[in-house]
Amino acid sequence: MRIHLVVIALLLQISFVAQAEVYEKTLGNGLKVIVKEDHRAPVLVQQIWYRAGSMDERTGTTGVAHVLEHMMFKGTKDVPVGEFSRIIAAAGGRENAFTSYDYTAYFQQLHKSKLPLAMKLESDRMHNLLMSEKEFGKEVRVVMEERRWRTEDDPRSLMFEKLMATAYQEHPYHNPIIGWMADLENMTASDALDWYKTWYAPNNATLVIAGDVKAKEVFALAQKYYGGIPRVKLPQRKAAGESAQLGIKRITVKAPAELPYLVMAWQAPTLRDAEKDWKPYALEVLAGVLDGNSSARLNKALVREQQVAMDVGTGYDSVARGPGLFLLEGTPREGKTVGDVEQALREQLALLVRDGVSAEELQRVKSQVLAGEVYKRDSVFYQAMQIGQLESTGLSHKAEPVMLQKLQAVTAQQVQDVAREIFNDDRLTVATLDPQPLSDKPKHNPGAAHAH
Amino acid sequence: MLTRIISTAVLLGAASIAFATPQIQHWQAPSGARVYFVENHDLPMLDVAVNFPAGSGFDVAGKVGVSHLTFGMLDLGSQDLSEDDIARKLADVGAQMGGQFDADRAGLSLRTLSSAAEREAALDILARCLQQPLFPEPVLAREKARLIASLKEAETQPESISDKAFAKAVFGVHPYGWRTEVADVEKIQRAELESFYRAHYGAKHAVVALMGDVTRAEAEAIAQRLTAGLPEGGADAGIPAVLIRISPSEERIAHPASQSHILIGTPGVARNDEDYFPLYVGNYILGGGGFVSRLMNEVREKRGMAYSVYSYFMPMQQPGAFQIGLQTKKEQADESLKVVRQTLRTFVDKGVTEKELRAAKQNIIGGFPLRIDSNRKIIEYLGVIGFYKLPLTYLDDFTAKVDKVTSKQIKDAFKRRIDPDALATVIVGAPEEKTGASK
Repeated sequence: MRIHLVVIALLLQISFVAQAEVYEKTLGNGLKVIVKEDHRAPVLVQQIWYRAGSMDERTGTTGVAHVLEHMMFKGTKDVPVGEFSRIIAAAGGRENAFTSYDYTAYFQQLHKSKLPLAMKLESDRMHNLLMSEKEFGKEVRVVMEERRWRTEDDPRSLMFEKLMATAYQEHPYHNPIIGWMADLENMTASDALDWYKTWYAPNNATLVIAGDVKAKEVFALAQKYYGGIPRVKLPQRKAAGESAQLGIKRITVKAPAELPYLVMAWQAPTLRDAEKDWKPYALEVLAGVLDGNSSARLNKALVREQQVAMDVGTGYDSVARGPGLFLLEGTPREGKTVGDVEQALREQLALLVRDGVSAEELQRVKSQVLAGEVYKRDSVFYQAMQIGQLESTGLSHKAEPVMLQKLQAVTAQQVQDVAREIFNDDRLTVATLDPQPLSDKPKHNPGAAHAH
Repeated sequence: MLTRIISTAVLLGAASIAFATPQIQHWQAPSGARVYFVENHDLPMLDVAVNFPAGSGFDVAGKVGVSHLTFGMLDLGSQDLSEDDIARKLADVGAQMGGQFDADRAGLSLRTLSSAAEREAALDILARCLQQPLFPEPVLAREKARLIASLKEAETQPESISDKAFAKAVFGVHPYGWRTEVADVEKIQRAELESFYRAHYGAKHAVVALMGDVTRAEAEAIAQRLTAGLPEGGADAGIPAVLIRISPSEERIAHPASQSHILIGTPGVARNDEDYFPLYVGNYILGGGGFVSRLMNEVREKRGMAYSVYSYFMPMQQPGAFQIGLQTKKEQADESLKVVRQTLRTFVDKGVTEKELRAAKQNIIGGFPLRIDSNRKIIEYLGVIGFYKLPLTYLDDFTAKVDKVTSKQIKDAFKRRIDPDALATVIVGAPEEKTGASK
């Protein structure tokens, strides 16, 4: 088949290129520096990834990883509050940060001439952060507003929070990244400072620079700006796990909404050894077979043919520090219930477990993966993201071409085998959104004149 | 890569930086379509977008939603291809089809590998979706049901409730103020989609943008192939004029959410307006500049009252909205509103400082390379330049236009456009005790 030959040729080319362009070096203080050269445009991105996310938090201070992320913009001795953002803006840059279960990362996108500036600022706040009570007091209120906006007033996101807290009973993925509201209310500046002192260290970070740069020059600059930051003795990490579930779990969440919503989540493995593992790759392919395009199994059967659902979706991420979930979601169509959707999803899974997947379906998913490898090179930022994620979750950026080859090698039998193993009720948590009427229906009061 | 180097010695206090802007090739296809092309062989891929003046602004009263359903059904069945064929065949070659839809524009876009077999297969599907959509009756019935359900859901969520009330308050009976209603969707018939398509998806109004790994000759053939079989199309009806001055209003809508969602605004500026650059640069200082804007500083940095607070001008064919938005817990909604209004009033009355203006220019000009650093971003510019008939030198001129903006121009433009005493305000999830009361 011609298409097949084309994609295989492309695959070889991609893995060659991917390896050829990435350089790494570890500084004396333990900071790992990774450079991805991409000379298409005169820009670069700097990302610093700390291997400390919400999963490293303790009871009572959930959300502190994310609060600290906010506090990282609040100044050092040399760069007073607000100045970091002003300096980056004046350099034509864009900047932000993000916190996940597994890590916390900060980034700046700039013209290629601005790397020394970005490194100077980022290295400064790696070890010189000021923690003022006053700034903390304001910022933790901003975070509470963020929690209200992202979670409390968003029915589906609220349901997802409860789902995670149910599916994970032992592992800290139980707790939301943004933290429980009570913990935010009780949090102090010293909680945030403790977090900073514990985890913000060169030997707990990966620096990723991608774009129109030369690796050699980047390493020299990294040595200059980051090389003098002292190593910190990191606490011993205690690996949390999640025991095998002993039976199905079901929860209902009531929130103001019109449509009910269903999520089914099965305990699923994530990548530990990119070379030896096969199940996470088979699960990635399985997700593509179920939901990789709008004629894939779930949408075709539930939305288009049976018309039991308004929409359906699949979620699975093989790259994570902790144990994973394989998710299916669906919104019933008017006149149908979440029970109808659950049953229709179960029928599709049963079909897959019984009959497996066709060669055509398998090839389709693989073609999409390969094309995606080409498309991703259109974004320097995304390429850096992928490196940072792999490094921060205990894999290496070197796993990238391996993962691509392993995905291409997944067989129909493996997909069927992994489906048979995973789709077992003893691994399953089912969450249902039970929509509630707005207690106070919108009252319109148009045209009321406003005057100062 | 064909690039032209322009030197801009405009960075105040900084060394001059040379920015390479993509060279845009432009021609008219034999079909009548206007074509905009940037040739670039760095990556083995091609992006294509075909747009039409067929957005929601072209709906007629009582049938709002026809434009959106017409657009939404382009890839759900065409001559000889079922909706499943379309999705499957695209996936087989790793192609991704998407679309654009707003009040002015509607159209499809495609990202494909540039290798001949994949490209040909993907373009063939795109051509058929654009030129031979069938709007199959059973698919329409299903899509109407889905749309109705999502509209009902939207009616319960503060973000969409506020958007709808705000659009109505700012644009009144103008099509920019319309939002699709359940009752309208229920009435929509297949024949209306068909006739909307025939009237608005004509070749002579089509704008084709191409970016990536094909030659000029190939691009010419592709553009012609995508547009040759389009309907003749009606006359360009255009979008009716927007009434610029509105009466002040404040609408408070109850909602059980913990936060109030606040929107404040008025009709702003059209895409081709001379005031666009002064307003754009001014708004960066007011509420567009991420962490460093005045609104961000007053509401978030100084007072910790909101996670997000912003302002923007949405330049459209006709003046789109100038909008300020934030979410804050109910108990402090009125206080936040006061801070926002005062910040805007001071801004309009006093204008910007030279220091602020310098910082704004440094960011916008210094950050220009980030606007055109990927095929994705460049094709978006091609679409806008083509659709709104902006000069082909738009990207070359961008930094110079920003640099020329003066604080006097900003003050003058805001004074003429934004009257702090004549704004529409919408508060969804308004503080309980004040609900329904005018202030």
